[in-house]
Parts: sequence; C-alpha cells; structure tokens
Amino acid sequence: MAFSSPLSVLFARSPIQPMQDHVKKVYECTKTLKPFMEAVFAEDWDRVLKLQKEISKLENEADDMKRSIRMHLPKGLFMAIDRRDLLDLLSRQDRIANKAKDIAGVITGRSLIFPKSLHADISVYLDRCIEACNFALKAINELDELITSGFKGQESKFVEKLIDELDEIENDTDKKQVLLRAQLLKMEKDLPPIDVMFMYESIDWMGGLADNAQLVGDRLELMVSR
Amino acid sequence: MEIISEYGYLFIILAAIVGFIMAFGVGANDVANAMGTSVGAGALTIKQAVVVAMVFEFAGAFLAGGQVTATIRKGIIDANQMVDTPELLVYGMIAALLAAGIWLLIATWFGWPVSTTHSIVGAVVGFAAVGISAEIVQWSKVGSIVMSWVVSPLMAGTLSFLLFTSVQKLIINRDDPLKYAKRYVPFYMFLAGFMIALVTLFKGLKHIGLDLNFQDSFLIAVLSGIVIAVIGAIIIGRMKFEPSADKDYHYANLERIFAVLMIVTACGMAFAHGSNDVANAIGPLAAVVSIVQSGGEISGTSATDVKILLLGATGIVFGLIIFGKRVITTVGKKITELTPSRGFAAELAAATTVVIASGTGLPISTTHTLVGAVLGVGLARGIAALNLSVIRTIVLSWIITLPAGAGLSIVFFYILKTIFSA
Repeated sequence: MAFSSPLSVLFARSPIQPMQDHVKKVYECTKTLKPFMEAVFAEDWDRVLKLQKEISKLENEADDMKRSIRMHLPKGLFMAIDRRDLLDLLSRQDRIANKAKDIAGVITGRSLIFPKSLHADISVYLDRCIEACNFALKAINELDELITSGFKGQESKFVEKLIDELDEIENDTDKKQVLLRAQLLKMEKDLPPIDVMFMYESIDWMGGLADNAQLVGDRLELMVSR
Repeated sequence: MEIISEYGYLFIILAAIVGFIMAFGVGANDVANAMGTSVGAGALTIKQAVVVAMVFEFAGAFLAGGQVTATIRKGIIDANQMVDTPELLVYGMIAALLAAGIWLLIATWFGWPVSTTHSIVGAVVGFAAVGISAEIVQWSKVGSIVMSWVVSPLMAGTLSFLLFTSVQKLIINRDDPLKYAKRYVPFYMFLAGFMIALVTLFKGLKHIGLDLNFQDSFLIAVLSGIVIAVIGAIIIGRMKFEPSADKDYHYANLERIFAVLMIVTACGMAFAHGSNDVANAIGPLAAVVSIVQSGGEISGTSATDVKILLLGATGIVFGLIIFGKRVITTVGKKITELTPSRGFAAELAAATTVVIASGTGLPISTTHTLVGAVLGVGLARGIAALNLSVIRTIVLSWIITLPAGAGLSIVFFYILKTIFSA
C-alpha cells in the first residue's frame, strides 16, 4: 500500500550541503596550483602537464556540481536564503575554479619559465591568494549555521569577522601583486617579450583568485546584513 | 417510523461497524501526519511515537471529541425538517460513513493524500443536499466549516511564525543560547500544557461528569501547565552537556533541549488530532444511534454517548497499532531538515489551532493545519527549503475529495433507501 501525505512532499532537499561541497571542490582545485607552480619552477614539464590535467578535472567536477545545484532549484522552492543570492554566490564560487584552470592552462601551454629571482616571491604571493580562497571556504561552511541562527546574533558576527579577514588578505595580495609587477618591470627588457606579457597575465590572474574569493565574502556579507 | 422500530437495531450495528472501520482508518492513516514531524525531527523514536499517540489520541478523542462529533451529527443537517422521515437520515449517515471509509481505502491504496475530515463532511452534505433536499442542509454552518479549512492553516502559520521568531530572539541569537534555552524552554512547555488543557476543559467534560466554569477551567489549565513546565525543567536540568561547545556542537546541545519540549508538543498534537478527527468516524454513528434510540424522534440536544466516543477512540488506537507504525515511519523519513527548535513551533501552533477548532466544534484537517504551521516557520527563515507545490497538492485534494465523498455517499444512500424503504 503506497502512502502519501502533504508532509512528505513539503520538505525539499536543502541546497546548502551541495553549496558547501561545491566550494570544497573549488578549493581543492585552487590548492593544486601550489604543487603545480613548484613543478613549473623546477621546469619538470611532465609533472606540470599532469597537474594541469588534475586542475582541469577538478574544475570540471565543480562545474558539474554547479549545474546540479542549479537544476535542483525549482521555482516552487521556498528557501530561507533568497534564491538569487544563492545562485549569485554559486557563480562567484565557481569563478575561482575557472581562474585556477585558466592560470594552469596558460602556463602549461607556453611552458612558461619564470625568472629564478622571482620564484620565492611568486610562491608567497600564490600562497596568500590560495589562503583567500580558504577563507571563502570557511565562510561558506558557515551557511547552515547561519540559517540555524536566522542570520542574526553571534553566528553572523563570527561570519562577519571571517569576511573582514578575507578582505585584509585580498588587500595584502593586491600589495604583493604591485611589488611583483615592479620587480618584473625591472627585468623585463632582458626577458623574451611575449613570455613577459604572459607572466604579467599569470600574476594578474593569480590575484584574480583572491579577488573572486573576496567577492564571495562580499556576497555573503550582503546576505547576512539583510 | 416503522422502519426505525423494525430495523433500528440493525442500523446501529451497521453504523457501529462502519464507524469503527473508519476510526481504524483514521488511526492507520491520519495519525502519521500528526506524529511524523516528531519522528522526523528526531524528538521521538517510532516506538515512542506510537505509545504517545496511543495514549493521547485516545485521551483527545474521548475527552475532547464531543463538540466536533455534535457538529457532524446534527450541525450540518437541520434535523427539524426531517421529523417525518427520520429513516432517511439514518440511511444517509450510514451511507456517508461507508463513502468516507471506502474513499479512504481507495486513496490510501493509490497513494493519494486524503483528508478524512473533508471526506466525511463532503459525504454528509452530499447525501443531504442531493439525496434528500438542498433545503435541509444548514448552509451557513457548512460555510463556516469550509472557511475554517482555509483559516486553520493560516492561523497555525501565523502562530508558528510568532513562536519561532520569539525563539530566535530570546534564545538562538543570544550570546549564550544554551543558557537562555534552559531558562525559557520551560515557559514554552507551560504554554503547550496550558493551551491544550484550557481549551479542553473550557468546552466542558460534561460527558464524563465534569462540569466546570471558566474560572475553574482556567485555574486547572494553569496548574497543568506549571506541572508540565516543572517536570520539563527538571529533565533539562539533569541533562549533561558537553561543554566542548565546538560551535558545531553547541547547536546540537541546543536541539537536545528543544527535543524535550517537542515531546510535550507531540503529546499535544496527538491529543488535538484525536479530538478533531474521531468525529469523522463516530459523528454519523452518533446521529444514527440518537435517532434510533428516540424511536424516530429527532432531538437536537442529546449529548454524545460516552460509549460511542469510547468506540471511536478504541478504533483509532487499533488502527494505529496495526498499521500506524509503518506509516509514521514513511512520513517521518521524508521530513528532513526539521530540527526540534523548529518542529516544536510548528507542532505547538498546529495543536493549539486544532484544539481550538475542536472546542468550537469545527471539523478541520489536522494535516493541512500542520502544513500551514511548517510554512509559518519557513517564513521566519527557519527551514532551509520547502516545496510550495505542496499547496497545489492540497488544493487538488480538496477538489477531488469533496465530490468523491459526496458522490459515493449519494450512491450508497440510494442503495440503502432502495433496500429498506422500497
């Protein structure tokens, strides 16, 4: 005997866990840039190619998750979070992974060799950009607690602190980017010009990781303040 | 008249059997909606839910089921116009019971959601309006019943919204939610006990010989509330909390406190459901009995026989024990994302609304009221995701159930009329 009750239909699958899974995948993808750049600096192009494929695979997986979340948000779904806020947040998260894939792609494609004197600074810079993404991950992981607390009170204060720290990190990456570009400027005449252009672009895109992470935090802040 | 004196006993037996089956159906099918939320939120295990339901559905049906039973028995049809042909009423009531019971079986078999309340009201109005005459139906009463079907989910939603918002402000959003929970949850327990006791007592337990005026009722209700609150506070006081207060965990501790509260509201839900839905089974039976016993005279005043209430209450419990467990499990499984801090607000709001309806003799759908209550919590941003398409399901079930109940009832009415009156 089958049984049906309006109460069985009433509760819908919450999109929060899938959102948190998605941002975790995005972070995994971004984190892989670190060993990737180490391989680039070591000029181990086989390993570089392998890691680039890995990053690409992770980004595709993130895309699949994104699509799945979007498809499970029917019009009749009534959520504690505004639908547009949620979708916007999802897009911004996803852009981080896209950026990571672009960075890996362009560097691998050109077998880009960075000047040795810049290796250490680029590493530190990239670490900071990845850390920004980590903070975005932490903030998104607070989504279900935010719903539990109704976006008010202690929990929202905690999240706002996270977002503030995220802003600081992004600021820091901006400063580091300026310094890196200045260093590159000093040596650019002695380096292959087209390579230099792509070096500037890579550095710019790495900063983009942090920028997109900060945008995620920004969106979350808007949701909390409503 | 002769038909009544000749076949009266047979009619009563027939009505009693079908009434019992209908009560059984209510216990097997409908109780799950009342108890499913508690199980889904993790406040009760299935076994505990069945025990709670057994005790409180019975209590609600027996102690507070009288008013709604009276409405179905004599509120919908103007008995004064039937003085010359009382046997038609007997046929009709039995037909209505048969119709509602069979519709319940059909819908359960196919897995359609069904409201036992809508079925029986549709069936009674059906045989009366079509089988006899549209004039004997008290349309203003029917009108207010239909209105209550719309108002009850709205009212429950409003109540639950207010309740949950108060919980957010007083407890959840504070810097030490656990501390405030320990302090305030007993108040909510008091509220639950008080509301339900008050409405039950206020409308009188005359049928068990307890006739109280408003002041006495109020006092006893307050006392009941206090007793429950104190017991609750003691239980909470004894609970051990991991002060690991890992942020992830301190919400878990919070929910444990609300789970105790939800046990109280679960009892309230079962009581409320019993008080309102028992009438779906025994209202028509009571009508038949009162007509037969008065030898065909239709009196509009006699109170519902204690034995009849007992029959209904027992039927519900039987249905619950034999089938209810499985059905509660099924409903409870689908209720994801409901935690006790939300669940109690929905249950308390729904139980209060239903008990008020029972007290004023209005048959409403407990399930739809509960849905309204859950939506109210959702409006307060308390639940991650809800399907608004459920509203469409509910409206559809109205559109189908009312004509189906009426149609079946008319058919059975003519069959009975042909058998006994021709």
